[in-house]
Amino acid sequence: MKNIALHIYDLVENSTRARASHVTILVREEPVGDSYCLEIVDDGRGMTPEVLRKATDPFYTSRTTRKVGLGLPLIRMNAERTGGSFTLTSAPGSGTRLEAYFVMSHPDRLPLGEIDDVLLMLTNSYPNLHLVYEHTTPKGKYRYDSEEIREAIGDLLASSKEVRDYVREMISDNLKAIGAEP
Amino acid sequence: MEKIKSLDDLKKLREGMQAKIKLRESGNNAENIVRVKVSMSTCGIASGAKEIMNFMMDEMERQAIEAVVTQTGCMGYCYAEPTIEVTVPGHDPIVFGDVDKVRASEIIEKYIIHNELVEGILPVNYRSIDI
Repeated sequence: MKNIALHIYDLVENSTRARASHVTILVREEPVGDSYCLEIVDDGRGMTPEVLRKATDPFYTSRTTRKVGLGLPLIRMNAERTGGSFTLTSAPGSGTRLEAYFVMSHPDRLPLGEIDDVLLMLTNSYPNLHLVYEHTTPKGKYRYDSEEIREAIGDLLASSKEVRDYVREMISDNLKAIGAEP
Repeated sequence: MEKIKSLDDLKKLREGMQAKIKLRESGNNAENIVRVKVSMSTCGIASGAKEIMNFMMDEMERQAIEAVVTQTGCMGYCYAEPTIEVTVPGHDPIVFGDVDKVRASEIIEKYIIHNELVEGILPVNYRSIDI
């Protein structure tokens, strides 16, 4: 994956396949501690210890359409190669929590990427999913809530490019205002 | 600096568009809608499926084609990502592989509008099921 936004897109799809109805995504920039953290918490059906152990094995997948599963191994690799860490906690019935720590100043740390587009697409594609994205920097915090967007514009998201562009701009302007790294 | 856009502005934008929407909804007929599903798993996302999804949504609107563009999981054709499945009313779904913007325009122009076949159809005896 080219950036963190695409990883988020990919990982939230895991949550939806686990029948999650709430997904919270936290991105924390901590330049003082040289840490860039991505955390994704869902209330899906969770994994058994056995599945959890195999989850970052690229040759394990719960799908039947193919024999490899690269989403989790890739984010783990990207975190670890900056000198950061990756943890996945889960239990059947109590959802899954993913934490990926990147060393912020490391040249291999992925850029955030087009998060505005990803949040928009997820909001549009999963009308029953409550998605919260919270981005924290030393300058402040921005919170995106899919319910608020849906309440404000209903199904215009799918049918109007003007509305989509507007939402994208709203997200990226707010992130710029808190000095989020691109 | 320009004021940051807020949810309230979004609501205002919506009010301004109400008239336009009503027009579109009246022509909404579930059976005559073209359905496009973009495969959006690790393989698809890494190959640029998001751009194709954006492109399809924008183009359908621009050309005023009644369509629903959604995403789906991996169909197992990771070697041919981005892949899209197009269902034109009255026809079986067809899966197209290696879709870039040029090919996407071709699919809209030839297959969706004129119902001609386009190169790059994956040979699948495939039925979609709702998961």
